[in-house]
Amino acid sequence: MASNLRHVTAPLVENNPITLQILGICSALAVTTSLSTALVMSLALTTVLCLASTTISLIRNHIPNVIRLIVQIIIIASLVIVIDELLQAYAFETSRQLSIFVGLIVTNCLVMGRAEAFAMRNPVWPSVLDGLGNGLGYSLVLIIVGSIRELLGAGSLLGYTILTLASEGGWFVPLSLMQLAPSAFFIIGLLIWVIRSHWVTQVEVPKFSLKPQRARE
Amino acid sequence: MLSPLTPWRRFLTRPNDDHFKVFGVAILVALFCAVVVSTTAVALKPLQDAHVEAEQAARMAQMLDTLPGMRDIMEEAGVDTLETRIVELATGTFTTDIDPASFDAQAAATEPEQSATIPPDADVAGLGRRANHMPVHLLERDGDLLLIVLPVQGRGYQSAIQAMLALEPDLNTIAALTITEQGETPGIGARVEEPAWQALWPGKQIADESGQIVISVVRGIATSPYEVDAISGATVTSNGVANMLRYWLGDHGYGPFLARLAEEGL
Repeated sequence: MASNLRHVTAPLVENNPITLQILGICSALAVTTSLSTALVMSLALTTVLCLASTTISLIRNHIPNVIRLIVQIIIIASLVIVIDELLQAYAFETSRQLSIFVGLIVTNCLVMGRAEAFAMRNPVWPSVLDGLGNGLGYSLVLIIVGSIRELLGAGSLLGYTILTLASEGGWFVPLSLMQLAPSAFFIIGLLIWVIRSHWVTQVEVPKFSLKPQRARE
Repeated sequence: MLSPLTPWRRFLTRPNDDHFKVFGVAILVALFCAVVVSTTAVALKPLQDAHVEAEQAARMAQMLDTLPGMRDIMEEAGVDTLETRIVELATGTFTTDIDPASFDAQAAATEPEQSATIPPDADVAGLGRRANHMPVHLLERDGDLLLIVLPVQGRGYQSAIQAMLALEPDLNTIAALTITEQGETPGIGARVEEPAWQALWPGKQIADESGQIVISVVRGIATSPYEVDAISGATVTSNGVANMLRYWLGDHGYGPFLARLAEEGL
């Protein structure tokens, strides 16, 4: 049981899909302008990841190796369409804000990566936990980035005003950079810095080292 | 004893690199996924349509709010929404044979008996077919037209665009243009939905003195009352919106209806 639990806890920080594996960056930039879209996207991706891991792990022994990627993509794509349809039916406004990014979960390397690396080789229960853990790890980063961007970019969290804007008589001047995609890069970069200075093992060994410069004859 | 499960077991025990098994697994997975996806899509369609309709009604109300004084006029006339009538496009006359509440112009456009092919030279909006009848929304007082709202459709860069065009009583000045539905590229073409761009349209003229329809979108800065700034980076979408208006206000669209209104009134 303890080892199964590791599947959930390890991807949270130590083996986080975004900060260590650098997967799923595209959507992490796009949907984190506000906390609410980040939350819905996290929920959608975690659901897809868990269900995809379950399904693929269930039929893993019967997936022919030559078509395994296609089978995985079909399963993931179908799940994504179902989730997208559900969002359009029950969370219409949010699905408008997320626009194409829910549909693009299909191309999120994170989902394919877990299917290929874990669910194809492991029984159902560890696969579900692995999917859940990676989904939560992704969600954690999205929620942190979304909170920072919404707080500094619009002075609110989940739409509730936290810092009164200068334009409404308060003191806070919003950083409009936070509403743009590059700010998510900066925040994720800073997160990676914080994590890697604490878990030093994550720091990658440089592949090439420069030779000291020598004066020519 | 042959059980119905025997062939299934035999199929599962085949080696994974067996051709029959590769095809079988591919077909089964695809079939299963297709059933799941189509069931969800069909089952959730009514809910999604209700959302889209509610949104369109909200946009209509929003558009009325942007028109100066329109709410006061409506209050005076004692109505809270516009009156909807069905127009036969070919003759330009109102018809009472169709109930406006249940008429679906988009569905009618795909029915052969209820629609007409658009001649290629007239089809600037790239629609192919259009319904024979369209609903129009109007506001009148004592027989005088105060505002008319025409639903229009066109093609953008990658999606169908639906819009509401409100005209002043002179039937040539745009009172408002609201895009009600589009699926253009987010951040580029989808900016046709932004109020800032739609605010460029009110006051523009559709036809010049000779009655020629000249409204267009231009790169750079609009210089005449017949021109609107295009969205930079979204030329195809912007042109799609202009072409949509040119088609629907032309002879094959609302042209005959507008001409009749101008001549005879309501």
